[in-house]
Amino acid sequence: MSSVLETGTETRAALQTRPWLAVGTLCTRELVRFARQRNRVFGAIGQPVLFWVLFGAGLGPSFRLPGGGGDVSYREYFFPGALVLILLFTAIFATISIIEDRREGFLQSVLIAPTPRWSLVFGKLLGGALIALVQGLVFLALGLTVGLKFSAVSLAAITLFSFLISLALTGLGFIIAWRLDSTQGFHAIMSVFLMPMWLLSGAFFPADPHGSTGAAILAWIIRLNPLTYGVAGLRRLLYWNAGEASLPADLPSLSVCWLVVLVFAATTFALSWQAAGKRTTGDLL
Amino acid sequence: MIMNVSAAVSVSRLAHRYGERQAIVSLDLEVPRGEIFALLGPNGGGKTTLFRLLSTLIPLQQGQVEVLGFNVARQTAEVRRRIGVVFQAPSLDKKLTVAENLRHQGHLYGMSGAALRRRQDEMLARLGLSDRRGELVETLSGGMRRRVELAKGMLHAPELLLLDEPSTGLDPGARSDLWDYLQQVRAEDGVTVVLTTHLLEEADKADRLAILNAGSLVALDTPDALRAGVGGDSLVIETDEPDDLAAAIRERFDYPAAVVDGSVRLERPDAPQLVASLFEAFPGRMRTITLGRPTLEDVFIARTGHRFWHERREAAGE
Repeated sequence: MSSVLETGTETRAALQTRPWLAVGTLCTRELVRFARQRNRVFGAIGQPVLFWVLFGAGLGPSFRLPGGGGDVSYREYFFPGALVLILLFTAIFATISIIEDRREGFLQSVLIAPTPRWSLVFGKLLGGALIALVQGLVFLALGLTVGLKFSAVSLAAITLFSFLISLALTGLGFIIAWRLDSTQGFHAIMSVFLMPMWLLSGAFFPADPHGSTGAAILAWIIRLNPLTYGVAGLRRLLYWNAGEASLPADLPSLSVCWLVVLVFAATTFALSWQAAGKRTTGDLL
Repeated sequence: MIMNVSAAVSVSRLAHRYGERQAIVSLDLEVPRGEIFALLGPNGGGKTTLFRLLSTLIPLQQGQVEVLGFNVARQTAEVRRRIGVVFQAPSLDKKLTVAENLRHQGHLYGMSGAALRRRQDEMLARLGLSDRRGELVETLSGGMRRRVELAKGMLHAPELLLLDEPSTGLDPGARSDLWDYLQQVRAEDGVTVVLTTHLLEEADKADRLAILNAGSLVALDTPDALRAGVGGDSLVIETDEPDDLAAAIRERFDYPAAVVDGSVRLERPDAPQLVASLFEAFPGRMRTITLGRPTLEDVFIARTGHRFWHERREAAGE
């Protein structure tokens, strides 16, 4: 008997559905692809850092927390928001690749593999979230240079919290990207939906519910935006020891933030899974 | 080992539509195990739809499809595990190496560790890719990529290999390599091969073929039997007045002369002898007359009344 037949029989006998192996392999693929495309690393981390440095310098002198809180510089205020922006950019760029996967045909072979659809979705989201997290941590290290201090516990909490935000955002990106057949379409959605979502999350300016009517409406939008709780949670975790005075008034409590971010991540995952179960004409190349 | 006697592919009363367009009208088809089977037809004939249904890429709408004894609608996972699919569009990740592509594929099919490595090495060796394993797919030529696709499709040792237009974009050398490979997996691994093609000469190499036209099966047999069924050698007459000439031939000789795309065609066992009689009977009315062994194109014309590429020209508005 030839060796061909031997490995063939061996292979057939050993075949089984192993969804977690599929999750792991699709996630690894995302990481490897990311590492091979250096310009993605630069784009995702460069812009938020630039924002942070420039806005910090430019808006710093005119910034004052509503409610007249403690002595908080804009650069400090903006830091959690810039971190979320990094997570957002990276997560979004990672899920745009689903459009390329589809166009380049890779997705087609994954769709007919004997692995449950959730494992496909989870592998993709996990890969995107891990990439976002790594970049977030690089930015966090930058925070050390401006006097941020973390304990081991707070660092672990920040990491886990950032991971959940990343997972929620990759899920959001997946839901959008799954239906699109061009990356141009994605850029449009990025600028009319995702960027405003970030701007209205308390990342860029704090909510001021006691201000003018316009400010009060914005404060409501901010309150309804799940990303607000991501930014708020990071703000609380980053300034763990700083005391209430240096935090914006009406900042949601940490437990509410954890809960909202967890639900946000679970919801976008569930919706991504549902979306991936639907066949689109784009599956057919 | 249990002898499995179910057919590789069994299709009954299959119909499929995309919106308003009826892609498959009503199809019955059976492919026994161990065959190399070709689905031949012009673009839009329904063969790609059938391929997508067999590969579980699109859901079944109407009728029954069994692959290796498993129902594609209800036992999708069982079908998927047992079939290898090579799509017409490339499915490789160009940013990854050859070996990485195969490793991911193996993992998706539940293979891992030493067993996966052994199988992967063997697939690479068999397709002459061993020295390419570390190269990024984007650096490979089209022919090489197709070989990686084949290695990918055969990695999990499927019992049925489905290929959609496998020789598109391949040069003649690579085409002949492909067929050598298909013959080899059939002979050594007992794999059934089902492929779609719009190339008549490719379908000729299959054990049996089905001709699909406008969503229906118009012929199903071995290439030789199909040719034999045409009724003899074929004569194609170019003339300025095809309708008149065809009518005259029918009247004078009682032969079934037909007009296809502006030429007069007829198939007769005694076609070679007929050439002289026709020239004698209709002097000056024929520009050229071509005598040929029946081809699959003649089969197609005999069964559908039009030329193989007819529909495509119509679709292109010519």
